[in-house]
Amino acid sequence: MCAALALALAAGWSLLPAREPSRESARADFTFVNEGEPSTLDPQQTSGVPEGRLLRFLYEGLVVRHPETLAPLPGAAARWETSADGLTWTFQLQPAGRWSDGTPVEAEDFVFAWRRLRDPATAAPYAGFLDAVRALHARDARTLVVELERPVEFFLELCAHYALAPLPRAQLAALVAREGAGWERAWGRPENLVVNGPYRLVERRIRDRLVFERNEHYWDAAQVALPRVEALTVEHVGTMLNLYLTGRAHWTGNFPLLLAPELLARPDFRPGAQLGTAFYRFNTTRPPLDDARVRRALSLCIDRRALVARVTQAGERPQWSFVPDCAPGYAPVAAAHGADFAADAAAARALLAEAGYGPGVRALPPIELHFNTQANNKDLAEVIADGWRRELGLEARLVNREWKTFLDAQKRLDYDVSRSSWVADHPDAIGMLEIFRAAGPNNRTGWADAQYDALLDQAELARGAERAELLRRAEARLIEAAPIAPLYGYVTKNLVDPRLAGFHENALDEHPPKFWRWKSAPPAGAALGREPR
Amino acid sequence: MTRFVLRRLAWLVVTAWVVVTLSFFLMRAVRGGPFDGERALTPAVEAGVRARYHLDWPLWKQYLAYLGPFNLDERAPAFLGGDGARPWGGVLAGDLGPSFQYRDLSVNDILAQSLPISLELGAWALLVALAVGLPAGVLAGLRHGTRTDLALRLAATAGSALPNFVLAGLGILMFGFVWPLLPVAGWGGARELVLPALVLGLPFAAYVARLTRTGVLETLQRDFVRTARAKGLPERTLILRHVLPVALLPVISFLGPAAAGILTGSLVVERLFAIPGTGSHFVNGALNRDYTLAMGVTLVYTLLVSALGLAVDLLYGWIDPRLRAEGR
Repeated sequence: MCAALALALAAGWSLLPAREPSRESARADFTFVNEGEPSTLDPQQTSGVPEGRLLRFLYEGLVVRHPETLAPLPGAAARWETSADGLTWTFQLQPAGRWSDGTPVEAEDFVFAWRRLRDPATAAPYAGFLDAVRALHARDARTLVVELERPVEFFLELCAHYALAPLPRAQLAALVAREGAGWERAWGRPENLVVNGPYRLVERRIRDRLVFERNEHYWDAAQVALPRVEALTVEHVGTMLNLYLTGRAHWTGNFPLLLAPELLARPDFRPGAQLGTAFYRFNTTRPPLDDARVRRALSLCIDRRALVARVTQAGERPQWSFVPDCAPGYAPVAAAHGADFAADAAAARALLAEAGYGPGVRALPPIELHFNTQANNKDLAEVIADGWRRELGLEARLVNREWKTFLDAQKRLDYDVSRSSWVADHPDAIGMLEIFRAAGPNNRTGWADAQYDALLDQAELARGAERAELLRRAEARLIEAAPIAPLYGYVTKNLVDPRLAGFHENALDEHPPKFWRWKSAPPAGAALGREPR
Repeated sequence: MTRFVLRRLAWLVVTAWVVVTLSFFLMRAVRGGPFDGERALTPAVEAGVRARYHLDWPLWKQYLAYLGPFNLDERAPAFLGGDGARPWGGVLAGDLGPSFQYRDLSVNDILAQSLPISLELGAWALLVALAVGLPAGVLAGLRHGTRTDLALRLAATAGSALPNFVLAGLGILMFGFVWPLLPVAGWGGARELVLPALVLGLPFAAYVARLTRTGVLETLQRDFVRTARAKGLPERTLILRHVLPVALLPVISFLGPAAAGILTGSLVVERLFAIPGTGSHFVNGALNRDYTLAMGVTLVYTLLVSALGLAVDLLYGWIDPRLRAEGR
């Protein structure tokens, strides 16, 4: 009866008048799943992935990244030159560069934004991007001069990051005058958000969607093919996939991981290498993990090939070193490991024996393996703990924690082994290696090595091949001391409508929307699968 | 009656204060802070953010500022040492504070956008519960002992036993994929409302059906029904005029808990169908340590559920003359 009524209700619905809200009359040319609700649209106040996707619609830095190779292309700057010592950068802004209200983008807007980024009161997570900047000034309205204290190999890469985008200083001053202390909250509303990117925000519904339309004042507006794009806020991974499969979204960057093997058979799922590593942190302040040999043994005794083949299953690459093989200009550091897991386990037992642990000598005390309640973390932990138990006789108690509690324990070094990951912000190995500096807030292992820090310091002053070599030496030290056990390199998880051109898998999983266009005429609202009636 | 309402309202205020106080201190007792992330902030940056949200104040001061009605920062009224630019603030002044997670938004903004959506979804779900449950229950009661009765009882048991995420999965599979009639998620159009309202409402429909059936069965055995039958009243009139009003009393008293259950139960449905209602903020607020958002949603839910309870009591008193007499 209930079911019959439900069916009748469902079937009869098409007879009822549409309740479509009047405000949403236009239909989007492209819709994508943006996962969580953005915490802010202030490019200087966030380091999140969903926020980054949105900010690439709204803002443009001095350069943009090529959608496939990530090489810097002209953005807000038309051209640039650097002095022979690499210390002075001069950027010529686009002559046609305009804010979305039609006023010109000026060099002073960059000066204003970068000063705000460095101001401690802004509390910007990426304030450190400008650490090497000594002076900054606008030579004229369209010329920005940046003087560095030391050459920064990847300075141009940084300039592509949303945190270094310009801000409309005059419009913000007017907003502050009008709104007073609440100006930051007013700024995120479509009517107040003046931007210089390829799109502007026309509507924002909390935890529902953000709607973008082509910014007609954008200097390269002729290149922007999709007039209207919607970003959906969706929290459930199953829902993300459902929306994609029923054609209500043309792109999703996430889905239930269990389905990866099935999805790999589809033409629209082509995972690519990503500049990010899944790893375990070891607490180097607690015995027995204060002994590098024990840490190395535990790291060796992880069947990484089995992890990627049986748990993650989306084409991830097992990794024994920290920086993934897709870091540009950087050859992966070889970390000693055997041809198969049995050989690694034997080597691990030898290391433990050297450290004074083993059958008949001294048993390893039980340890705690922490992970957060998410995705396949539990499966990974079970496989790894099982390997340690069978091969080394080590009891690892699994501790499954909610994200913030988990992070808090990691921060306070209240763990033995803790699941971790790191994804680079810019395509350079140093972005990954620098987190293990002794004083860094992201170290969280208790490991401090003066020589490691010194090698990174030297690398910061060096250039080219010499710099890459210094970074590799630093990484070799990291692997030798093993405050971490690398697990595998991340892959991108994009399901994209195959008719979309200009969208490429790349090491940063960044997809600038200005390059997107439909190869064939887009049947509105339908990707693969059947079009809902 | 007035005294009854006033007493209930007074209790409501006390309840709200207890809830605000408990949620304030419980949120802060939980480990992990709103600004903790995989990418840790440098100490200087973290100090800046904490200062912006006054997390550097002593806890008692944060509590008083949250409670209100006076703003306690540099714009506080002059007698509290401020410049008086913004004298009022806190819950008592109707200000639930800025969200810690959504930096562009205040908790008031978030609730203003999300609550109407949750209420609308809840209203439709309640309608489904009644529209499906009442006729099913009456039918089962009247056809007591027949196959129809058995089938309806089985359906009702299944309906109340199935968790709504299972029902949601089945619904999405059936109407989103096998027979693609309805959107699998989203909010805005009428079609998008169908699946979530059904998924949310049907378990309650099952409960309503069982209550109605029992009510009808019991009432049918009452003396006044036999008398009415003996007087030759047509069956239809007998059922509609005499049996139903009595049989439905338990259903009405169930409406309060049902509405509360639908409101608080909507969080799963909101997540699965990507509906921008308040339910997910309830969970996310706590998970993100978004203190103000979690506290604000808790407070609003408390008030809503209490108000619903009060409304049902009033409705009940209006329908049942015996209670009306007692209330005076």
